[in-house]
Amino acid sequence: MKIYVANTGVGNLYSLLTALRKLGCEVLVSLSQRDINEADGVILPGVGSFDSALKRLEKVKQKLIEKVTSGTPLLGICLGYQLLFEASEEGSSKGLSIFKGRVIKLPSTVKVPHIGWNTLENIKPSPITEGIKNGSYVYFVHSYYPQPTEQITIAETYYGVWFPSIAGKNSIFGVQFHPERSGQVGLRILSNFLKVVKR
Amino acid sequence: MPLAKRIIPCLDVDKGRVVKGIRFKSLRNVGDPVELGIYYSSEGADELVFLDISASFEGRTTMIDLARRVAENITIPFTVGGGIRSIEDARKLLMNGADKISINTLAVKKPETIRKLALEFGSQCVVVAIDAKRNYTLNSKAKIFIDENGRPFWFEVYIYGGRVPTGIDAIWWARKVEELGAGEILLTSIDRDGTGLGYDLTLIKGVVETVNIPVIASGGAGKPEHILEAFKVGADAALAASIFHYGRYRIREIKEFLRKAGVRVRL
Repeated sequence: MKIYVANTGVGNLYSLLTALRKLGCEVLVSLSQRDINEADGVILPGVGSFDSALKRLEKVKQKLIEKVTSGTPLLGICLGYQLLFEASEEGSSKGLSIFKGRVIKLPSTVKVPHIGWNTLENIKPSPITEGIKNGSYVYFVHSYYPQPTEQITIAETYYGVWFPSIAGKNSIFGVQFHPERSGQVGLRILSNFLKVVKR
Repeated sequence: MPLAKRIIPCLDVDKGRVVKGIRFKSLRNVGDPVELGIYYSSEGADELVFLDISASFEGRTTMIDLARRVAENITIPFTVGGGIRSIEDARKLLMNGADKISINTLAVKKPETIRKLALEFGSQCVVVAIDAKRNYTLNSKAKIFIDENGRPFWFEVYIYGGRVPTGIDAIWWARKVEELGAGEILLTSIDRDGTGLGYDLTLIKGVVETVNIPVIASGGAGKPEHILEAFKVGADAALAASIFHYGRYRIREIKEFLRKAGVRVRL
């Protein structure tokens, strides 16, 4: 199984790649359209800022959108999840607009960034949440969160505000936390995604 | 509902081995950092910190290989610190799997580095370590505290692994590093480090009340009650070494104790 990981450049891809390889994937990390063509599934990681990541993705953006709208599963992680929306308060670029809605800053009533372990709640049945119970802890590092304007929320988390920590439609998913840094729960979510890819 | 409080075992590394200093001196070897990391991760640690204790002092390069091996073997976040002298050093660690880097001496000597690191990698991976020690020679610019015996003192920042005083007020410095873009403060009491007498709660409270970023309490944990005290005065995470390394308490046991005391922890 070939997984394309968009090389958004800045930040830590190493642990994600290690986790994917351990789960048996062949991983293609690049900004190459050819790699996207070959992939069975796509992961959009993301550390950095909304604008800088979209700038890096410029060359492959259209290709990515075509690929996933034609049915290839995609998992957006953290910023990569936010990129799937239309816009963000963090920047001025237009998002990939695969999900409807925008990304806004966490409220000032809580410490920002939201760094640490928090729980998944109100989990809806979905291939991505198979075997995951309400109250499971996952690891978050973010200052912004998506506000979808369509019914795509799969799980929620509370941090000053309820936000969709997992969302998805068809075989396109996004998670606000870092599954590669969330212990057994995170690995289960990654392998759930890979199961979707295999189907 | 507050965020889960974190328990962070700290692994002090010297020449590739884990050691724990008693007040930063007389080291005693307790094992392989990667193996110990895997063990703690399976025991329920929320994060790990690997500190190269010799690097800053002896000018040795940092722990890139270690970062890589740890990243390959654990699935919880970890921080690497000690001896990071430049943005380039930090980048290498982050690219090799470290989730966060911790800087101390570099931050004091070149504060702008904090801002540069935050801009390039994001605040979330920039931890500024502050090593503080009570100083009873009063400094009019520092925030003054009163100790258990009614004597006034202030907290002075130390660099180079706790060896060199800087004359800087730790409370002022904490506010400053937040302004510059630090994502977290790793706050160590040199007075308490390695003593097992409990964290310096005055220090933690002083910093927690000053900044809005998460504060990791460090230095002095000897029993679960100490960790509870640190959380009660507002620490977001508790770092400890000896109480785990020597098997005095297991992480799970401490977390169960905390949960019974009403603290939200990941179990």
